Amino acid sequence: MTVILYLILIFCGWVSIYAASYDFDNASIFDFAERSGKQLMWIGLSLMLAFMILMVDFRVYEAYAYLFYGILILLLIATIFLAPDIKGSHSWLVLGPVSLQPAEFAKFATALALAKSFGTYGFSLKNRRDLIQAICIIVLPIVLIIAQKETGSALVFASLIFVLYREGLSGLFLFYGLCAIVYFVVAVKYSGLMWGSVAAGEVLVFILIFLVVAGMLLLYQKNGRAARYLLWGYLAVGLVCGVLLYFDVPVNLLYVCIGATVATTVYLLVLYFSTRSLRVLTILATALVSVVFLFSVDYAFNEVLEPHQQKRIKVALGMEEDLRGAGYNVNQSKIAIGSGGFWGKGFLNGTQTKLKYVPEQDTDFIFCTIGEEEGFWGAVGVILLFVTLIFRLIAIGERQHSAFGRVYAYCVVSILFFHLAVNVGMVIGLCPVIGIPLPFFSYGGSSLWGFTILLFVLLRIDASRTERH
Amino acid sequence: MRKDYKLAKRKYVIGGIVLAVACIYIVRLFSLQVLNDDYKQYADGNAFLKKTQYPSRGLIYDRTGKLLVFNQPAYDVMMIVREVRPFDTLDFCRTLGITREQFDKRMEDMKNPRLNPGYSSYTPQTFMTQLSAQDYGRLQEKLYRFPGFFIQNRMLRQYAYPVAANVLGNIREVSPRDIERDDYYKRGDYTGDLGIERSYEQVLRGEKGVEILLRDAHGRIKGRYEDGRYDVAPVSGKNLKLSIDIELQAYGEKLMQNKIGAIVAIEPSTGEVLAMVSSPTYDPSMLVGRERGKNYLKLNRDKYKPLYDRALMAAYPPGSTFKPTQGLIFLNEGIITENTLYPCYHGFVAGRLKVGCHGHASPLALRPALQTSCNAFFCYGLRSMIDNRTKYKSAAEAFNIWKDYLVSMGYGYRLGIDLPGESRGFIPNSNYYNNIYGENRWSALTIISVAIGQGEVLATPLQIANLAATIANRGHYYTPHLIREIQDSTISAEYTTPKHTMVDAHYYDYVVEGMRMAVTGGTCRIGAIPGVEVCGKTGTAQNPHGKDHSAFMGFAPMNNPKIAIAVYVENAGFGATYGVPIGSLMMEMYLNREIAPERKYLEERMLQSNTIIYSGVKKH
Repeated sequence: MTVILYLILIFCGWVSIYAASYDFDNASIFDFAERSGKQLMWIGLSLMLAFMILMVDFRVYEAYAYLFYGILILLLIATIFLAPDIKGSHSWLVLGPVSLQPAEFAKFATALALAKSFGTYGFSLKNRRDLIQAICIIVLPIVLIIAQKETGSALVFASLIFVLYREGLSGLFLFYGLCAIVYFVVAVKYSGLMWGSVAAGEVLVFILIFLVVAGMLLLYQKNGRAARYLLWGYLAVGLVCGVLLYFDVPVNLLYVCIGATVATTVYLLVLYFSTRSLRVLTILATALVSVVFLFSVDYAFNEVLEPHQQKRIKVALGMEEDLRGAGYNVNQSKIAIGSGGFWGKGFLNGTQTKLKYVPEQDTDFIFCTIGEEEGFWGAVGVILLFVTLIFRLIAIGERQHSAFGRVYAYCVVSILFFHLAVNVGMVIGLCPVIGIPLPFFSYGGSSLWGFTILLFVLLRIDASRTERH
Repeated sequence: MRKDYKLAKRKYVIGGIVLAVACIYIVRLFSLQVLNDDYKQYADGNAFLKKTQYPSRGLIYDRTGKLLVFNQPAYDVMMIVREVRPFDTLDFCRTLGITREQFDKRMEDMKNPRLNPGYSSYTPQTFMTQLSAQDYGRLQEKLYRFPGFFIQNRMLRQYAYPVAANVLGNIREVSPRDIERDDYYKRGDYTGDLGIERSYEQVLRGEKGVEILLRDAHGRIKGRYEDGRYDVAPVSGKNLKLSIDIELQAYGEKLMQNKIGAIVAIEPSTGEVLAMVSSPTYDPSMLVGRERGKNYLKLNRDKYKPLYDRALMAAYPPGSTFKPTQGLIFLNEGIITENTLYPCYHGFVAGRLKVGCHGHASPLALRPALQTSCNAFFCYGLRSMIDNRTKYKSAAEAFNIWKDYLVSMGYGYRLGIDLPGESRGFIPNSNYYNNIYGENRWSALTIISVAIGQGEVLATPLQIANLAATIANRGHYYTPHLIREIQDSTISAEYTTPKHTMVDAHYYDYVVEGMRMAVTGGTCRIGAIPGVEVCGKTGTAQNPHGKDHSAFMGFAPMNNPKIAIAVYVENAGFGATYGVPIGSLMMEMYLNREIAPERKYLEERMLQSNTIIYSGVKKH
């Protein structure tokens, strides 16, 4: 069934590339045979590759996992120095007529290496050394790929946190990740709005932090008394501020928030000394780290991120339009998708994509070709196909007997899901523009091969799940 | 194991997250594609090919109906990137007279979404504008070798006379700022720059039309949308008839050659500007076509500033041409009567202060004072007014009244001519002196030089000419303007309503007589035209930068005046040496259409003379 889904997806992908790069007058220098034809060649090669993968003994993947990983790491390092500058990034290795993007294959190697380390006897995330080892395996390629200035591909590896979660990492970390994103979005989005002399974003994040602390207390203490006290306290402070502001008394809300944080800290410390519960300390750490995070957001946003990245984030948050620059792609892509309506304009009849209003429409923005020509049902269909595939892979993962197989399956799930979420999200204007392809759809051999390898190695492992190691 | 079982449940969490994201995306897609109509409309905008139909720009005529500015076809090289096939780039560049680097730069700029937001490889893009006829011919021959390129006709301006550049202005390609300010403009459009082209841009440009064509997904034109029901035909720009007399203008520019300065001639009964010369000047055709940029830079760098319209942008000390205003104010305020006598001992003396004058009878009244351009008379007059504590509470009050009179005569503020860039000149008020000297720390003697048009007072040649017109009209003027007729429309009421000064009309008669005496037996004798009763007033304005400026203000004939004029020649010495001859020749040419034989020598002398050499001492 997985193979069928795979075949459907690559077929749809091929057809979409054909539609996206389809050229009405054959007398063009970019002949249509080139793009979709090339992709057909890649698909053929992928199928051969898949066949070969299925032929190889499954033990090979586990046995040589670290070797693959080592080779890819070396390749990534080499790429930094050897790759030519293509649109500011150094991620393509050019070998004669073919160019390859090692980062695509690094996903596979990292997944294997991670699976292998989890499969080692006695490996447990409870063990600090093992945890650090797992994190290192993930972080190393991230660093190297960022050095190639391919931030988008590097972010993909962050999705492997789902794997760690599945293998026993505390759910708190998933929650922290979500908090970090929410805090970041709120802080940036409302950084321009001033409440008195303080940016509204900061105050709002503080309020969120207080709510999170209270919520965590509520979960940990069954009777919820401490949480209630805290909430009443916050409410009282809030009311006093509100009344003062209502009568035009200037209140520096930032100082109020910091004061409330100090009060909370003291309260939690008292609570800790009375109960000696480590959980209280965790909550306290959460609160303090959150506050530090908040104050570093501004700095990170303005100093660490490059201007074009800042722009893209602001566009996605709806703070800026910038239709000529960063917002152009997204706006054109929204127009293309929006004009598709429910039933779409029909295959090869999309005016927006055909007349090339959307840049990169056969690679990163291929989803808008589907959205325009096949309409709402087509776009939803594609999303559902992916969701089905992902669920199918989760099921495969769960039926593995070995940690190796399971971890590997979850790696594939995480990477696939991240690609889908970010790519579709950016095309419909919900995520900032991050240049990562839609698996099986976007034009390009490296990406297609990368995902084919990921998928079929899993199928190979799955096929032999009952065999003994 | 119990623990493993617990962890296995986490697959639901992960699956749940996947499902949640998928749901959010589906909802978003639903709102984008099904609920929201906006994007469909944007898409329509993209899929229709709206072909702009350019209107022809209005023509410009002079007052006698001679065609001054008309349109001439120009050729833009357009390209559709998608249709370009490999071609001989070198040959292409050579045909257009550009280098390979320019070619690459142009292609790059065109594809840059910041510089050219509407770029699409499927729609026509401007590659190069304003091909010369020669280049056009050469390219047309070889065009078949360059698939994807084609030529689009545009209209350029052509000038029938090489004169009046400062009045007519020119057109240029719109800048990004123009496009931002007025959404009529698109990249590659033209707009008026300077002069009439600028101030009547809205009238001259007409209205663009549009032809709506349907394109299918393949980019092919499927025909007209709804059989052209929504097409809009372009509306040609309106033709303008200017008040300029082009022959007089040309004659004025000839007289002013090798001199720096300005002439403004006005028809007093209407306020129509008959000629407006700024010298040095340039041929308006210089700012047409592809050479425009280069020539513009050259003119802009020229140290004599030919692009600077001295007739209305330059503020000069008016010198003695200012004296009639003083006489009028004193008469109307009752400071003097037409018979009041003031002494002149070769000047105005008060303590250590002395304003020099020249030899003439003393004491004298207003008319002979104007005739001889006596400095002392007007200094005494101003002192009597400012220091009159029975009539005015303070010097400041008196001075502000004095200022109000001048403002009513058109000084100190923009007159409102229909040309861009007019200067307002300068008339001080009491605050101005309070700031310099302190309140009540100044008196008539401090500021006495304004009585003779020196000191702080500044006026444009246009304002001086307007004074001549006001005196010719005995107390009122029409805002000077260049427009005479707009096709199918009327000109602004501002230009047809008389404006009265604060001085009673009958006082003007004394000034007119004084100015007539200046021509019959005073400073303007050389300006006498046989058979015409000319009135005039010289001006010799001191300036700190070098030789005096030579000025003249006058009108003719004395009764029922047809032309009022102001001449200002920088660094040319006495008013009588250049100002009066040029002014009178202009009036003679306008009234008689020829120069009398006995005055031919004067014309010759003006054409031969060169005062630009004296401007060497100017700051540059």
